[in-house]
Amino acid sequence: MRIIAAVAFVAGVGAGLLGWLWLAERITGRLPLRWRRRLLGPLWLAPAAVMMGIYLLWPLVNTVVLSLRDRTSTSWRGLENYAFLARDEQVHAALANNLFWLVLLTGGCLAVGLLVATLADRVRYEALAKAAVVAPTAIPFVAGAVIWRFMYQYQPPGLPQIGTLNAAWTSTTGQDPLAFLVDERTNNAALIGVGIWMTTGFATIILSAALKSVPAELREAAIVDGANSRQTFRYVILPQLRPAIIVTATLLAISAFKAFDIVYVMTNGNFATDVLANLMYRQLFLNQDYGRASAIAVLLAVAAIPVLIVNARNARRREV
Amino acid sequence: MLDRLRRAPLHLTLLVICLIWTVPVLGLFVSSFRPAYDISTTGWWRAGDSLQRLSLANYIRVLQSNGLAEALGHSLLIAVPAVAAMVMVGSVAAFALARLHLPGGRLVLVLVIALLAIPVQMTLVPVLRLYNATGLTGTFLGIWLVHLGFGLPFAIYLLRTFFAGLPEELFEAAALDGASTLRTFLRVALPVSGPALASVAIFQFIWVWNDLLIALIFLGGDADVAPITVAVSNLVSASTGQGWQLLTAAAFVAMAVPMVIFFALQRYFVRGLLAGSGK
Repeated sequence: MRIIAAVAFVAGVGAGLLGWLWLAERITGRLPLRWRRRLLGPLWLAPAAVMMGIYLLWPLVNTVVLSLRDRTSTSWRGLENYAFLARDEQVHAALANNLFWLVLLTGGCLAVGLLVATLADRVRYEALAKAAVVAPTAIPFVAGAVIWRFMYQYQPPGLPQIGTLNAAWTSTTGQDPLAFLVDERTNNAALIGVGIWMTTGFATIILSAALKSVPAELREAAIVDGANSRQTFRYVILPQLRPAIIVTATLLAISAFKAFDIVYVMTNGNFATDVLANLMYRQLFLNQDYGRASAIAVLLAVAAIPVLIVNARNARRREV
Repeated sequence: MLDRLRRAPLHLTLLVICLIWTVPVLGLFVSSFRPAYDISTTGWWRAGDSLQRLSLANYIRVLQSNGLAEALGHSLLIAVPAVAAMVMVGSVAAFALARLHLPGGRLVLVLVIALLAIPVQMTLVPVLRLYNATGLTGTFLGIWLVHLGFGLPFAIYLLRTFFAGLPEELFEAAALDGASTLRTFLRVALPVSGPALASVAIFQFIWVWNDLLIALIFLGGDADVAPITVAVSNLVSASTGQGWQLLTAAAFVAMAVPMVIFFALQRYFVRGLLAGSGK
């Protein structure tokens, strides 16, 4: 039954599109050429524009409106929801955690991605090394969270450690095992570590492609001029990679704000690991407060703006 | 010889990184074949001590009694139609942006890129309210349309770059023959776009398959509709430290499909990522 519905949906979208385009062709065919050219483009764009309007543009505006209304969106509340965000300790803690995610995830993925891209470039098993790092980008965050819950697994001292990290830690140092996900000194870093593990492949692919496009003559010239490999990297290759690094950093920073799955599955925000997306999810479903949930969403979007501005500035500089 | 020695740190660093990136998966994979008692008493690296105890029992159990087989079906049922619709609607819009006369086309493109960067959370509340009002919450039609709407900016962005890069002569010949725009699109542009369409489809498929947040919000956790990501996350919250043998197998079931796609179609996956980066 559902398979029939799925086939009907795909066929419906396909037939609807073809029908629409055919109709557009027929209608504009009777018009003078100048009008035909002017109308055809917008008509072709229309189906996607309608979908993006319903699912992205209108909700964007509406979220801002809802954030000014009460929990059931029946009456205006002014900036009350924002005042709540400003004084609520949970929100402050989540925001601080998001900033920690931003710094550590972006920095970690860039550092490891750059390292893998440059080192793999010099060895014969490049494809294999890159595939190992890139493969986790394809798996669900949920599966990654399970993989790492298993890595971080903690057993009380005295019992055999079945988690890889604690087994290595207790047998090499002889110290007590660490409760990575519960201890508030380590747990946020442990969660972000999973994020880095799952996202570094993304940085590796982009930086590796950028590295391959650095002209060979540039490197050769540097070597002829007597630069060693470290100087060549620092003064010749790194400046060439700058645009790619900024694009990658932007996308990583945005994904750090969106962090949800890993926290949801591994700690569910307990032990001071909450991030804004999880807070919003709870406001939406446990608290059923559309006003506060919307205000958190606006906060998330506003937090991403500085990142976008830096990037837009850089793009303009590149064009000039 | 000296040169080899000098390169040793390079190989060592790469080796360590590769180990960090593969050992966690290996540990889970080995554990998924071990019985519950073994998992909770000895580390996965000791699995070699009792090879005869390894079996597929955990997989059979999660697929049958934990309903993961059904959840796998739901994931496919969500991802395939959503991606097909995304590619169709996206390619038409991308063609308009790249090849047709469009007043304000540049502005539309900037808007599409801006929408790519907006956190998806920003759109969830209004769409959920709309869905609650129209009864689309918890339906497959609802989630297909959500994914279609959310995925369009990426599809349009990538395909526009591709269509814009096609050689002019290809279209001049069609114009000389007096072919209609629709005919040019179907007979000239689409047949040469296989690789670009494939990379959009693969990338979006993996994205939809791996999604947890949108499924939780618009489908809910009900086993009758839950995709694999929701099913696994329910299994995690239900188990309190126990039941590792089921979790390990469940996680592998969830990652099997995207992994196979990744290794079979790595080229297209990489191209999709590169396009997403604005290269």
